[in-house]
Amino acid sequence: MCARAVWLAFRAPLGGRRGFTCQADSQGSGRITAEVIEHLERLALVDFGSREAVVRLEKAVAFADRLRAVNTDGVEPMESVLEDRCLYLRSDNVAEGNCAEELLQNSHFVVEEYFVAPPGNISLPRLGEQEPSQQT
Amino acid sequence: MLGRTLREVSAALKQGQITPTELCRKCLSLIQKTKFLNAYITVSEEVALKQAEESEKRYKKGQSLGDLDGIPIAVKDNFSTSGIETTCASNMLKGYVPPYNATVVQKLLDQGALLMGKTNLDEFAMGSGSTDGVFGPVKNPWSYSKQYREKKQQNPRGESEDSNWLITGGSSGGSAAAVSTFTCFAALGSDTGGSTRNPAAHCGLVGFKPSYGLVSRHGLIPLVNSMDVPGILTRYVDDTAIVLDILAGHDPKDSTTVQEPVKSFILPTLTDVSKLCIGIPKEYLVPELSSEVRSLWSKAADLFESEGAKVIEVSLPHTCYSIICYHVLCTSEVASNMARFDGLEYGHRCDINVSTEAMYAATRREGFNDVVRGRILSGNFFLLKENYENYFIKAQKVRRLIANDFVNVFNSGVDVLLTPTTLCEAVPYLEFIKEDNRTRSAQDDIFTQAVNMAGLPAVSIPVSLSSKGLPVGLQFIGRAFCDQQLLTVAKWFEKQVQFPVIQLPQLLDDCSLSLENEKLASVSLKQ
Repeated sequence: MCARAVWLAFRAPLGGRRGFTCQADSQGSGRITAEVIEHLERLALVDFGSREAVVRLEKAVAFADRLRAVNTDGVEPMESVLEDRCLYLRSDNVAEGNCAEELLQNSHFVVEEYFVAPPGNISLPRLGEQEPSQQT
Repeated sequence: MLGRTLREVSAALKQGQITPTELCRKCLSLIQKTKFLNAYITVSEEVALKQAEESEKRYKKGQSLGDLDGIPIAVKDNFSTSGIETTCASNMLKGYVPPYNATVVQKLLDQGALLMGKTNLDEFAMGSGSTDGVFGPVKNPWSYSKQYREKKQQNPRGESEDSNWLITGGSSGGSAAAVSTFTCFAALGSDTGGSTRNPAAHCGLVGFKPSYGLVSRHGLIPLVNSMDVPGILTRYVDDTAIVLDILAGHDPKDSTTVQEPVKSFILPTLTDVSKLCIGIPKEYLVPELSSEVRSLWSKAADLFESEGAKVIEVSLPHTCYSIICYHVLCTSEVASNMARFDGLEYGHRCDINVSTEAMYAATRREGFNDVVRGRILSGNFFLLKENYENYFIKAQKVRRLIANDFVNVFNSGVDVLLTPTTLCEAVPYLEFIKEDNRTRSAQDDIFTQAVNMAGLPAVSIPVSLSSKGLPVGLQFIGRAFCDQQLLTVAKWFEKQVQFPVIQLPQLLDDCSLSLENEKLASVSLKQ
């Protein structure tokens, strides 16, 4: 399989229907631009999949925007309700382990004691690099 | 036998009136009969029968492990159970068999409880209806109850009018359906924004959320690390206390559990409430609250007052922002927690092998449903560099304000807060799905999520049947780590209201149910 065909093969399920982003721009708040969509998809490694999903994000953001009305001057962010306590740290001794076999059993692709991953350092292609025929 | 309290069944087991195997078989047969409710994803029949056998041996020797020995329980399918498939109702974990037990599961098994199966939920516990899991929605058993059908003027024994069945609420709907149909005596749920209390209210059960840090989260597949807690669903408050007694306490495997030794949760019987101060938060009186629930809330407050308690109106000023704050924090933490699902070490893996990124992306697309993906993307949006300060940090600040609201109220002398649990009773599924998951969650979690943000204990108690014949619950909120006091008040209230037992004639004809609840005459909050 040549490189380009390979790109098409794996890019296709990932938002092959890109036309919706243009429509979202004209309908949306303008904050969720095509760049933001692409950026989020790369960060999350989860695709929007449809225009409805973009609209839902816009609604979620609009909902979150209502927090601006709260005055939080001088308020420290709260990370945990147990912030006044020290987390428990146990002593640095080996208490359990040696369960490699059990853990490897749950993986789909294992070679000896290795989890097998496809090659890394290959980023997902950018929008512009898609074949024109993919864009509807 | 199946309708009795845990203590009564435990006593019966000790006296030999019934054996664990008989009890187990009764529950298994009920699970079969109630299959159409879709409450269970996995029924662990062989495991349960084996456990029953071992329990029986112990009872014969007079060496029972405790109140839970031989008692059937169910566990929500987002708790890891060794050797039993754990799916979180998602394609991502279909076929995943954990190699270990969640701490809470292990504690129950160590006490001899019988694990009947894993219950259905919304995918990854995201939702308020138990409708969005990959194994389908859970039906509320009350849809088939005599009480509901009589009000609808349907044949109480008819099963054919099924199209307008009601939701259980969520996300621990499967656990709620399992307990309310007597297939088990207690079930574990999880509570991040109300996921245990919401279905408890809709299914007429006691739904308890412990203080954050009291019960271990090790083995609970995380949604929001700073708010998740395991929840307990039972038919009686006493049963909840028995289970909590087993589950509470420090776990070295969960460093967010507090280290102080926990006292016993055996509940004293409260007879005099005159020293209690009940707070009614005025901001919880929202226009969307149904008039029936509002009326029951008011009657409950009057009941406390008539028995001598001090009932005062209090204010939690930031209440209206709490659901928004929850929404931002929840999606942000979810985005982080869901990152572990990449197909490499466990769970679903797609066929693409060109590059790790492509494989991860396709795996996650195939494995997660729209709701989960939507939350991941929203969360990532709020965590973007340009948005972090304005959304995530802002929400964390608002969280402190909300937690402080509760602290201030409790510091002013209030012992327990009394609020509604849900806006109204269970709605039909066809009605529920008209709005999307996020909108519904924002509406349904309104009374419950602030408690998760403050890490406080809370419990939903079934109060009365609505004019449609459906359960309505009210919520009690306690001070942090005052779970025992909260449950003591709840137990007193439970005795006062005498919530009726569900009548499922077509299912439970051959099982003897305890009718003690109906026999006792006392103050009730019937409409």
